[in-house]
Amino acid sequence: MSIATKADPALPAGSASPLTKRRPFGDRSFQVLCLAAGLLVLIILALIAISMTQQSTTWFTTAGWSGVFSTNWDPAHNAYGALPFIYGTLVTAAIAIVIAFPVSVGIALLLTEVVPRRFARPIVYVIDLLAVVPSVVWGLWGFLVLAPWLQKIYQSIASGLTGVPVLSTFFGGTSVSGTSFFTTGLILAIMITPIVTSLSREVIATVPTIDREGAYALGATRWEMIRGAVWPHSQAGVVGAVLLGLGRAMGETIAAALVIGSSATITTHLFNPGYSMPSVIANEFGEATVGEFRSALIGMGVLLFVLTIIINLSARAIVDRSARRSQGA
Amino acid sequence: MAIASEQQTVDLREPSGWRRTKNQIATVGMWVAFAVMLVPLGFVLFTVIAKGASAISWQFLTGNIPINVLPVTFGGVGPAVYGTLVITGFASLMAIPLGVLGGIYINEYGGNQVLARVINFFADVMTGVPSIIMGLFIFTIWVLHFGYSGFAGALALACLMLPIVIRSTYEMLHLVPDSLREASYALGATKARVTLTVVLPAAIGGIVSGALLAVARAAGETAPLVFTILVTQTLNKNLFYGANTALSTLIFQNATQPYTGAQARAWGSALTLIAIAFILMIVARLVTARFARYDR
Repeated sequence: MSIATKADPALPAGSASPLTKRRPFGDRSFQVLCLAAGLLVLIILALIAISMTQQSTTWFTTAGWSGVFSTNWDPAHNAYGALPFIYGTLVTAAIAIVIAFPVSVGIALLLTEVVPRRFARPIVYVIDLLAVVPSVVWGLWGFLVLAPWLQKIYQSIASGLTGVPVLSTFFGGTSVSGTSFFTTGLILAIMITPIVTSLSREVIATVPTIDREGAYALGATRWEMIRGAVWPHSQAGVVGAVLLGLGRAMGETIAAALVIGSSATITTHLFNPGYSMPSVIANEFGEATVGEFRSALIGMGVLLFVLTIIINLSARAIVDRSARRSQGA
Repeated sequence: MAIASEQQTVDLREPSGWRRTKNQIATVGMWVAFAVMLVPLGFVLFTVIAKGASAISWQFLTGNIPINVLPVTFGGVGPAVYGTLVITGFASLMAIPLGVLGGIYINEYGGNQVLARVINFFADVMTGVPSIIMGLFIFTIWVLHFGYSGFAGALALACLMLPIVIRSTYEMLHLVPDSLREASYALGATKARVTLTVVLPAAIGGIVSGALLAVARAAGETAPLVFTILVTQTLNKNLFYGANTALSTLIFQNATQPYTGAQARAWGSALTLIAIAFILMIVARLVTARFARYDR
């Protein structure tokens, strides 16, 4: 009997009373309720994968590998190649990371290493403020205010760079537009800065004080201390934070849908209009009433889901591993 | 003190010129990073207030949505305000209790079990799933069978909020010291009683503020709603049947309209939406400051 009770996983250590054989009904049902709520996470994730894959099989089977990963996007002629959108998603997310990484890590270092704690708090509030501005407001602002303004800057840069070998392939081009890969990258960078900053700050805050003091004791300046003591310790965690930011940037929909320019083209010219997976789903879904078109859009949702899950899993693994290592040290 | 003054001949505190310059450059760089972040924030807040404040009035918040060509002085965005409040409210009603229970499971019942760690891990991963996926998901399992409705939108938002609430609840419960639990067990309380009457009240400040931040995030979401409520212009008081509308989807629609009236309504809606999110955030901060016993 006693062995059986011990082996019962439903009996947590704290409440295992040797006086009564069974716990009261209310106690057990509360545990089952909590377990059910926790399992809901796994159920929802599984249902997302199953139901969306089911809805997109039409596209995956009719188009096949070559059809899915082709550049030919022409819904009027039943051609649903997703490559321009995958390309746009990766390019805009990459631009966002390139801009957001130095800014976020800079702010994180400012908060942890430079500013005294009581001044750090208001700065954190400001960052939180940035985080609660809804994505559709960034899109509205980007589309009506930022893009027209950037158009002139893009045009002068593009005309100034004509003939310059490498730079003109990225920043040149003839169809320069205010709504472009680069504008989207900028908006995404603004939107992911709060999360990358707060995650980096958490990681950097775990650097042991003794490491910092050791570096200072050797006569290091603050910057040398950051390079020598803080950075080696928090490198992996910051990489994880950046990866999580990358996942967010890839999935951002509404802001991207408004400022990306809605043109399914693959080009190296970053000032040209493009398209990304989430924005094409949001923009075209209303017109895709039946058949393969809708299946293709949901299929792109599946690709996006898989992509962000992989990125999140690896980011989490990196952060957890570095956290465990820093705890062990 | 005496030792320090003896060492004055060896000047340890003054790094050479270039090292000091590098240090100063780095410090300036960090402040520049902060300034770079402030510029877009200030710019967007200024624009939204400048363009939206003139539109805001009682009539704007409650009136019916007119056709796009009419200027902002006609009608308002009442149905969208109603939709945002009701859909977000209903999503919160579903997600917050379930999320708190899930958080309780992970921290109080799960212990070191594999299942609890798996749930915790995937709740974390789920916070990173793009909101558009939640919209498409509810579209495939709900809208295709039961049609567009405000309730479908609430389901999508609830899916978005659930992992956030679970994670913040877990983190807050994790801060409650074990001595509190042990003291209650020693009095003969059952696990459920300990959790509900001792552990949960001890962490309630942090849990409420985490839930409010999740609501603030959900209120501004557009992507999950586009696929689930099928935007309409008229007031639909029935949450469970027929197309609905919300402030965020209204902004998304009106942003690309050429009419100044429609755009002005978008700016006014943006200001309303930001105000709702900011108020929720400030309330969350106040709750943390007032009720949180265990701060991170």
